[in-house]
This record gives sequence, C-alpha cells and structure tokens, in this order.
Amino acid sequence: MDNIRALIVDDSSVMRKIVERSLRQAGLSIAQVLEAANGAEALAAVQNNKVDLILCDINMPVMDGLEFVKQLSAVENGKGVPVVMITTEGSEGHVVQALSAGARGYIRKPFTPDQVKEHVLPVLASRS
Amino acid sequence: MNNSTMTSSHARECWLPTLQLSMQEVFNLMLACPLEVAPEPPAEDALDITAMVGMAGQLCGVLTVRCSSKSAALMASRMLGIDPEKAGPEMWDAVGEISNMVAGNFKNKISGLGDSCMLSVPTVITGADYNVHSMVNDRLQTAFLFEGQPVVVCLEVHN
Repeated sequence: MDNIRALIVDDSSVMRKIVERSLRQAGLSIAQVLEAANGAEALAAVQNNKVDLILCDINMPVMDGLEFVKQLSAVENGKGVPVVMITTEGSEGHVVQALSAGARGYIRKPFTPDQVKEHVLPVLASRS
Repeated sequence: MNNSTMTSSHARECWLPTLQLSMQEVFNLMLACPLEVAPEPPAEDALDITAMVGMAGQLCGVLTVRCSSKSAALMASRMLGIDPEKAGPEMWDAVGEISNMVAGNFKNKISGLGDSCMLSVPTVITGADYNVHSMVNDRLQTAFLFEGQPVVVCLEVHN
C-alpha cells in the first residue's frame, strides 16, 4: 500500500517521532503523518482527516488508547481504520482488551523497527 | 553484586536482576546502546534529572530513572537521531519515556503483575536538591554507565 496517511497517538512527542521513523524504516510509502497526544485529540484528527492507519499508545491523559479504539468507529472517517496499539502495557489481559475493543495489532514497548514492520504490514495488506 | 542496593523482603530479592534486565533491554532496543553496571555509585548531585512512574494495584510504588542533563541529552539524541546539543526539552520527554518503558517491561516480566499493576504517566523533575518522602518498604537500585555517564534506576515498593 502506497502513500499511507498515518495517525500516531502518544503523549510522548519523542515516542511519536520514533514510531514515525520506524514506519519509514519499514519501507512504507508515507504520504502524511498526523500526530495526537491523547485519544480525544486523535478522535478529532480522524474526524477532520482521512487516515489509513493508526498507531496508538494506551496510557495517556485525557482519553486513553482503549477508550479511543472503542469510540473510533462511531466518528466520521473512523469506521474500518485499522489501529495497532504500541504500549508498555504488555500483559495478555491488555492485549485481549485492546483486540476486543477493535485494535488489529499490538506492539509492546520497547520495540524494534522490525517489530513495527512485522505487525503493521499484515494489517495494511488485509485492508488493501 | 556491584553497585546495587536492596533493602527488601526476601521474596523480592529476585526482582533486582529483573529490574536490571528491564533497563538494559530498553537501552538495547530503543537506543541501540548497551548498559554496563557502574563500578561505583555516582555522585548524587550529578543526577539532576529524575523521571518517575507511579505503580498502583498489586504492586504499589515508584520507579525512578535518574541521570545528568548531559546523559538525558544523549538519550534523546540516540532515540531521535539528532545532535545532543539540539535535544532541548525533548531530553525530559526522552527520559520520561524510558522510565515508562522500564516500568512496563519490569512488571510484564513479573508473573501476575502485568494485569494487576497500573502505571501512571511519567513525571520528570529537574534539579538534584530535593527529598522524596514516601512509605517505602523495599528499595531496589542499580547504577549503570550509559556512554560513560551514570544512570540510576530505582524501584521503591510501598506494599
């Protein structure tokens, strides 16, 4: 899939930049990267922009990543957009919660660019 | 065990190697930089940045990562691929995110803690002249050398 518009949701600007770099290192053709610092900002970003992929942290102020995923399909442009969680919350319980809420993938921090590639490419392939 | 301190109940003694491994994995994977255990404790006044992550639930406590401003700039530089002198305020964010990843990595390695211990978002303190007063029962700490500079990880357990 070429010219991807990605939304990266994390309260750490450093982590958002690392995730963006990992996406580029995965060989994805990135047309646009949008950033949000919490789930509420991310919902607004989705309403105002069409995105192909969302990478989202869980522990964030204002609105956490799980609540964001639950609300995503109800907002304009949100339905069907794949979400891959990238988080320190790596327990099986959190993975089940995230996937049940609608996430399509799960990456545990710390991670390598290869792990981002491994989890994101199948999600995008199944979408295209 | 060099330069590691532990005032712990016997059951938690095995947590120190896990804490060390959690720290080393974060630096290996996110900064592409190995950490070595420091041969001796660093001077406390050199550690002017402290990142803290609160833990609540089955394990209550605080995990801290302390380092110098120079180390923090180097960490941001490694994480972002930028010149250390251009790290600016992102050095605080970088150390905060490292503490968050170490805390998460640690609890995910301890059986039963993954789902039953919640993490706060990180808080970063600048300056070395402060005291923290808390109801600490156990304290695990190790100093490492990162690019020759001291970095100290400490887990204070309240229950």
